[in-house]
Amino acid sequence: MYVIVAGGGKVGANVTRTLLELGHEVTLIEQRPGRFARLEEELGPVVLRGDATEISTLERAGIARPPDLLLAVTGDDEDNLVISQLGKEGYGVPKAIARVNDPRNQQHFELLGITQTVCATTSILGLVEHEVPEHGLVRLLELQREGLQIVEVQIEKYAPVAGARAGGVSLPKGARLISVFRHGRSELVEPQTVLRPGDQVLAIVSAESAPALRRALLGS
Amino acid sequence: MIGCGRVGSAVAKALAAEGWDVTAVDESADALQRLGPGWRGGFVLGHGMDTTVLERAGVAEADAAVVSTDGDNTNIVIGQVLQRRYGIGTVVVRVLDPARARFYGERGLSTVCPTQTAISVLLDTVRAGAGTARTPA
Repeated sequence: MYVIVAGGGKVGANVTRTLLELGHEVTLIEQRPGRFARLEEELGPVVLRGDATEISTLERAGIARPPDLLLAVTGDDEDNLVISQLGKEGYGVPKAIARVNDPRNQQHFELLGITQTVCATTSILGLVEHEVPEHGLVRLLELQREGLQIVEVQIEKYAPVAGARAGGVSLPKGARLISVFRHGRSELVEPQTVLRPGDQVLAIVSAESAPALRRALLGS
Repeated sequence: MIGCGRVGSAVAKALAAEGWDVTAVDESADALQRLGPGWRGGFVLGHGMDTTVLERAGVAEADAAVVSTDGDNTNIVIGQVLQRRYGIGTVVVRVLDPARARFYGERGLSTVCPTQTAISVLLDTVRAGAGTARTPA
């Protein structure tokens, strides 16, 4: 696989090291002279000096081949958005993944067609939610393009579904139970699986149906 | 007017003088000084990537927008947001890099490239001068 990585900060440098170890071909673009010099010393000719938002730099990196994957992981959201757009719209790059530094900019990426994004702040917030599951429903993974999310629910003692068979639980449209985790083991949910207090249930649900799923499993 | 530097403030003042209702947005409070003591239009302090700032500036009702902050990519992103999210009909974006200006210009964003303008004017001036001055032997 050929990958262009735009931005040689901690994220870009580490992703590049791993991809190289896995045997992939990588070009890493870094603009800052000091950072570039250190990366080049370590990684050699894989590193290219330049502004990845300039079309000529992307072309030197082989954007026209095009790469199988373009990673826009600079510390600047506008730059990441423009890099992704240049790659996808200008050169038909099949897959671009962009880093979102400020989660408030996420909406701009979606509006402009860059649907595959990674945001550290949002991930950390997800982990915080996981530790403090006040709303009952913990979002583990968001599949933006599909409009689906994988959520975790802990079945409480007095939940309406405690003691019920999964097949008999009335779920909202667009929701499916996947698995139950109890006593350190996980099993896939079958219609005859009994939901017990303390169970951690994984479900896949559309964004619209998430509140209804919470009511179905936890009561109001 | 998103970005109220030398270009933005001059365009804002000219449009206001022609009777437009103009609001300027800039990250720096100093930008208000550039609009002069007689400024009767609006001014919103904040970054144009922030939709609450844009909405406070009234983008939902705007007929036209000019985006000229000091960052090409910032302008390109804000310009597209104003066009696609808020449906502003006339959006003009300042892009210094000629290649990016052309790329987004071809994709429906109205871009103005001062660099390209300078290149063209300089070339035309030199060529025009070459015709009247000493002719090569």
